[in-house]
Amino acid sequence: MSTTIDEARGAGRRPGDAIFKGTAVGAALVILLALAGVAVFLLYEGVPGILGAREETGSSFVAYVWPLVYGTLVAAVIALVIATPLAFAMALVISHYAPKRLAKPLGYIVDLLAAVPSVVYGVWGITVLGPQLVPMYRWLAETVPWIPFFAGPASTTGRTIFTAGVVLAIMVLPIVTAICREIFAQTPTLHQEAALALGATRWEMIRMTVFPYARSGMISAVMLGLGRALGETMAVALVLSASGVITLNFISNTNPSTIAANIALRFPEATGLAVNILIASGLVLFAITFAVNFAARAIAGRSARRMSR
Amino acid sequence: MAKSIDVSDLNIYYGDFLAVQGVNMTIKARSVTAFIGPSGCGKSTFLRSLNRMHEVIPGARVEGKVVVDGQSLYDPSIDPVAVRRQIGMVFQRPNPFPTMSIYDNVLAGNRLNSRRMKKAEADGIVEKSLKGANLWNEVKDRLNKPGMGLSGGQQQRLCIARAIAVEPQVLLMDEPCSALDPISTSAIEDLIHELKSDYTIVIVTHNMQQAARVSDETGFFNLKATGEPGQLVEFNPTKKVFSNPDESATEAYISGRFG
Repeated sequence: MSTTIDEARGAGRRPGDAIFKGTAVGAALVILLALAGVAVFLLYEGVPGILGAREETGSSFVAYVWPLVYGTLVAAVIALVIATPLAFAMALVISHYAPKRLAKPLGYIVDLLAAVPSVVYGVWGITVLGPQLVPMYRWLAETVPWIPFFAGPASTTGRTIFTAGVVLAIMVLPIVTAICREIFAQTPTLHQEAALALGATRWEMIRMTVFPYARSGMISAVMLGLGRALGETMAVALVLSASGVITLNFISNTNPSTIAANIALRFPEATGLAVNILIASGLVLFAITFAVNFAARAIAGRSARRMSR
Repeated sequence: MAKSIDVSDLNIYYGDFLAVQGVNMTIKARSVTAFIGPSGCGKSTFLRSLNRMHEVIPGARVEGKVVVDGQSLYDPSIDPVAVRRQIGMVFQRPNPFPTMSIYDNVLAGNRLNSRRMKKAEADGIVEKSLKGANLWNEVKDRLNKPGMGLSGGQQQRLCIARAIAVEPQVLLMDEPCSALDPISTSAIEDLIHELKSDYTIVIVTHNMQQAARVSDETGFFNLKATGEPGQLVEFNPTKKVFSNPDESATEAYISGRFG
């Protein structure tokens, strides 16, 4: 490894290499600067909001932001619970089950889901999905009210945090599917043939070779999806009829809001310290997303080490 | 448990491309049969058709018959998965499962039926298979270490242990030593000699000395001509193939005057 680095240094004297190196380092620095700039901005504008929350809202900043954090996490978790198995299954169909002629178009169609603007998803959630889900919510509230998630009373508009979660699930589906599909397809033929030659069925072969090989990638994919679900603003802001409560009840008219949707809805009319408070809540979202990505890296790195051992 | 294999008029296709044409042979039980021939002449393709592994490649199919112990492998009622459980395979490059320990690698095939095994039974199979593959003494103290931590030759013997752990009728080996050093190669060849008393072994090799050392019978494959399908040129006892072959093409190939 060290020899290649030394060679690269020696080659740095050639103008092409020097230009490339300069551009690459510059690009990397711009990313770091932008990230640092965002962090500084959030801290500079947010800290007064954190400190001054009591005089503006009458309660501490934690009391203000906690229901939003809760709503953000709940919506994202619902989205992932729905999207993850679907995405894994779709990626497997594309990489291992569908005949080649079918697999390619199928992959494109899933990728197209990512091209739909989030406003469109939001409008679709309000006008189509929400009303469609109302009968199901009613049925759940009547049949299984002892499950806290479905305690009811059922929403009449369908604009619940569960609906928001379903919309988010569809939005994160393409990225999770695309990454998983790529990794599944990279599983070494050698290992797959080893399993098949032992008399494994296709599903057994997938469990013996594809999943262990792809595990870290699958986790990264889900974490990336989580990151997207946490930060998604427009669709949630449109779909959710939020009242900012903390509740386990996912199907009623009173729902927790999310940080991003709350900022989008409140920012236009906010003035003075209220702006700082909203920015401070953005800082919290930034910290959560950062932690999620960090955890994803750590998990992916750990299983990569296990594979190479 | 060792079985003979009867092949008659076997044509193997990849899509519309005829790769191997008109193979007829009888592979004897409890013996080692070697296939030699230049690269791309269809030896490996033919070997893989003996346990329906070539079907893994999209578009691959066969015409003709492969009969193991009176049962036609390509009968529509036969499940390829069942065929592969009966006819094991060892590949050119050692391919232990990277996430599994040595112990789990050996048991991988046994666990496929999702059958629960008692610990003692599992331990017994692991010990027997690793002893059968001449690997037991080298790994008995580190059975829970990853299989990828072994040397190449050890990994290949681990793959042989994994293949014989399910007690197949036939063991197919596709150039099992081509990625190994001479000492590991010699260890595998010794192992083939021992396994022959229990299994029917079919081996593809590029190494003619190896074919001469390990096999009882040898088949020489060659292309009819450039662009034509591969075919079985000669199939005879190994001694005869290497001393007094029927075909001049065989003699040309084994003496290095290949044309």
